[in-house]
Amino acid sequence: KAAEEAKKAAEAKAADEAKKAAAVKAAEEAKKAAEVKAAEEAKKVVETKAAEPPRTVAPAGDVAVAELAVEKTPFADRAKKVPAASYQVKYTGKIKDTALGSGGKTVKIGGETSMPFHLFEGTMPNKPLIAMDVLDVKPEEWPESLTRHFDGVLDNPLAWARKCIEEYQAEAICLSMVSTDPNGMNRNASEAAKIVAEVINNIDVPTIVWGCGNADKDTETLREITSLTGDRKVCLAPLSDSNYRSLGATAMAFQNPMVAASPIDVNLAKQLNILLENLGVSLNSILMDPSIGALGYGIEYTYSVMERIRLAALTQQDEKLQVPIICNLGREVWKAKECRLPSDALLGDKERRGVMMEAITATCMLLAGGEVLIMRHPKAINLTKSLINSLIS
Amino acid sequence: MALTGIQILKMLPKKNCGECGIPTCLAFAMKVAAGQIEIEKCPYVSDEAKATIGEASAPPIRTIKLGAGDSAFTTGGETCMFRHEKRFENPTGIAVLVGTDMSEADIDGRIKRFKELRYERVGVLMKARLIAVKDSDGDQGKFIALVKKVLAGADDAGLILMSGKVDNLAEGAKACGERKPLLYGATADNASAMAAMAKETGCPLGIRGANLDDTITISEKLLAEGLKDLVIDTGARTMKAALEDNIVSRRAAIKTKFKPLGFPLISFPCEMTDDIMMEAMIASVLIAKYSGIVVLSDLQGDILFPLLLEQLNIFTDPQRPMVVQEDVYAINGPAENAPVLITCNFSLTYFIVSGEIEGSKVPSWLLIKDTEGLSVLTAWAAGKFGADLIAGFIKKSGILDKVKHRELIIPGYLASIKGELEEELPEWTIVIGPREAGHLPAFLKEWKPAA
Ligand code: B12
Ligand code: SF4
Repeated sequence: KAAEEAKKAAEAKAADEAKKAAAVKAAEEAKKAAEVKAAEEAKKVVETKAAEPPRTVAPAGDVAVAELAVEKTPFADRAKKVPAASYQVKYTGKIKDTALGSGGKTVKIGGETSMPFHLFEGTMPNKPLIAMDVLDVKPEEWPESLTRHFDGVLDNPLAWARKCIEEYQAEAICLSMVSTDPNGMNRNASEAAKIVAEVINNIDVPTIVWGCGNADKDTETLREITSLTGDRKVCLAPLSDSNYRSLGATAMAFQNPMVAASPIDVNLAKQLNILLENLGVSLNSILMDPSIGALGYGIEYTYSVMERIRLAALTQQDEKLQVPIICNLGREVWKAKECRLPSDALLGDKERRGVMMEAITATCMLLAGGEVLIMRHPKAINLTKSLINSLIS
Repeated sequence: MALTGIQILKMLPKKNCGECGIPTCLAFAMKVAAGQIEIEKCPYVSDEAKATIGEASAPPIRTIKLGAGDSAFTTGGETCMFRHEKRFENPTGIAVLVGTDMSEADIDGRIKRFKELRYERVGVLMKARLIAVKDSDGDQGKFIALVKKVLAGADDAGLILMSGKVDNLAEGAKACGERKPLLYGATADNASAMAAMAKETGCPLGIRGANLDDTITISEKLLAEGLKDLVIDTGARTMKAALEDNIVSRRAAIKTKFKPLGFPLISFPCEMTDDIMMEAMIASVLIAKYSGIVVLSDLQGDILFPLLLEQLNIFTDPQRPMVVQEDVYAINGPAENAPVLITCNFSLTYFIVSGEIEGSKVPSWLLIKDTEGLSVLTAWAAGKFGADLIAGFIKKSGILDKVKHRELIIPGYLASIKGELEEELPEWTIVIGPREAGHLPAFLKEWKPAA
């Protein structure tokens, strides 16, 4: 009963973080920062159920988030008077249950029998999974509001991944092979593969390796990685229409799941799944990447294509589309200018703005059918997790 | 259910006079059926036919207007479940809550932020639209004073008056005058009195259900009393129930015109958590999934801006590409030595790029090539932004007469076409600009035409 407000907890963070937060905030916000310092002294959970004004705002540096209340009255008991025929829709399909990871830490995704979170008319046996993004080389363009959560590990992918798992409770890791981009650093495939294989072989959560987007280079790098990580069944991404043959074959040989990426188009997504199936790949090992536009940067296209894919899968028996969707959204969001602009009176706190941009992009992707989200900021991830928990409770 | 064009045609006088602006009655009937024109445009239709057609073609979710004049807020009028089916009509209104139990400073702060936190994007002004004024203890004097304060302090705000007391709402409505507020809310106990009051004031009435069933009971009662303009709070105060109720209400209204739920929905994320970032998360779900109004506990730029972006994106009409005119745009008063940049005519791209150039204060020429509203890479992938097309456009654009130099800055994402473009435009030097427009100011400040 008290569980609803019980977790209204704010775990105080290190002193210097609070100081930093205070520095950026306007006069009014200084008050809140002071409150946080007090909480820090207590070094324990703070009940924020207090009187409304002023609202207790967890400072952006604090990655903890409140749990939401759980609904206790089942839908059937709240809605007896709505004629069933007026709202029921007929679902004829089911999303595949797909496994990510290997050994004891295998995680299932997908399995829905209705549109996302429509628990009054279907089931959603597996929670959407959030993978934390780890780059294989120190990021050059990340704003400080993001990097400060990974202090000291950004040039060491293994330490970085471990921090995500141990400190931020990451349930999955995405290793982004940005160093291999021929238009960038162009690290050679075998060298890059060695670095991430070391990471993969030393963490146990489900892992995705995401190539740089250059079809040929990715084929080379990802092949190399599978040969070094054999039984770990890392998920290979992205397979496009120009390299699905070679990578599909590699993935089949090692039984890796894979990501079929297509540019925001229902038919192209379906086509690529069919091509992979023709190659001998089981739909059970495919995730779809519909191409992600961030909030404010084309998200509406992604959103609608995902909804169309999901409706086709569930209500039009379009079997080839009955696979889970993966959304690599963190990298799109943190490119946005609004995540980089300094704090000011109009756009508010820089870090909190970036966090909300990422978390709201995640909301949209979840509502449209995303089952795996690749994200960056620990607070945005916690907000998203808390939302998922309440939607699915 | 909606009538077909043929059914509507039967009710027209078939004069084919064209006074409706459409050459024939048949064509007119088709347009009425498609919801593209109002039946009222034909001066010869009987009132009876008008009523029949009006009723049948009314959107399954009633359109409700709050406020008056240019700043009136419209909600409802929705016709589909998914935006790709047609479009979402009226963007979710974001409201901020003020109450008689708040300190002066808290109220003033909220009103101030309501007025100041406004953003322009793709030529659209994004802002919170409403202020919810809550009567926390039933004290009429305090309540009316607060209503007046909000009316005076935020002259373009739509108002939601929240009180359990019929008299207080009636007085509040009086104070609002022309600026019709939403009066909230009718419960099972006070429905009749509320209905009478709403009729008298002519304002839309909010239903405050305990749950979906209770909401339907109240709604049926109010409909029986002859009320037409309602807004529904299904009483859900958990994320899960709020989403489920919204989906079911919208579906029942749209699929079968289930009357008691055929009204816009109002939700209260402010009553669902004390964590303002989680509150925003709840709002983000309800903006995408069918709330006509969401009431927030406060407005902060770092939270409001992303929510407004979501609202803008989700409510963008998917059938109408947002484009700007193909042309040469002069930014910051450029002369013959100013840099020349090119991009596509997708309005989002145009506004981002022109905004950055403006911000840089560097006088520049921005060439906008018609790419049928596609972004830089999409247009390139679709064959609408290739080197040959760009070259053709440069030649006819008139830029040749405007500048002395021959240097063209292209988007960083188009680096791969540099070679081809140089072949197509032998007199020009092609410079690869940054990938992200955000890096343009620094780039432009450094730029100098080659000697
Ligand atoms: C939304 C989207 C669509 C929408 C179209 C939206 C639109 N109005 O353009 C739809 C669904 C219609 C679409 C379709 C297609 N798309 Co598309 N789409 C996207 C997506 C997700 C976002 C694009 C977007 O809106 N960006 C936001 C705008 C603002 O970006 P921008 O115009 O590039 O501007 C930025 C910069 O370029 C820079 N900039 C802009 N101008 C200038 C100028 C100068 C001088 C400088 C210096 C900088 C600069 O500033 C801006 C902000 O920083 C991208 C993937 C992604 N995440 O980027 C794929 C993407 C662009 N699409 C792609 C493809 C292939 C297609 C299709 C060809 C697929 C197909 N076969 O059907 C079609 C083509 C369209 C057609 N035939 O009708 C590919 C392109 C691949 C490539 N490298 O060529 C992408 C990259 C996806 C992918 N990874 O495969 N797409
Ligand atoms: S004005 Fe009326 S009668 Fe005349 S053409 Fe139009 S629909 Fe027909």
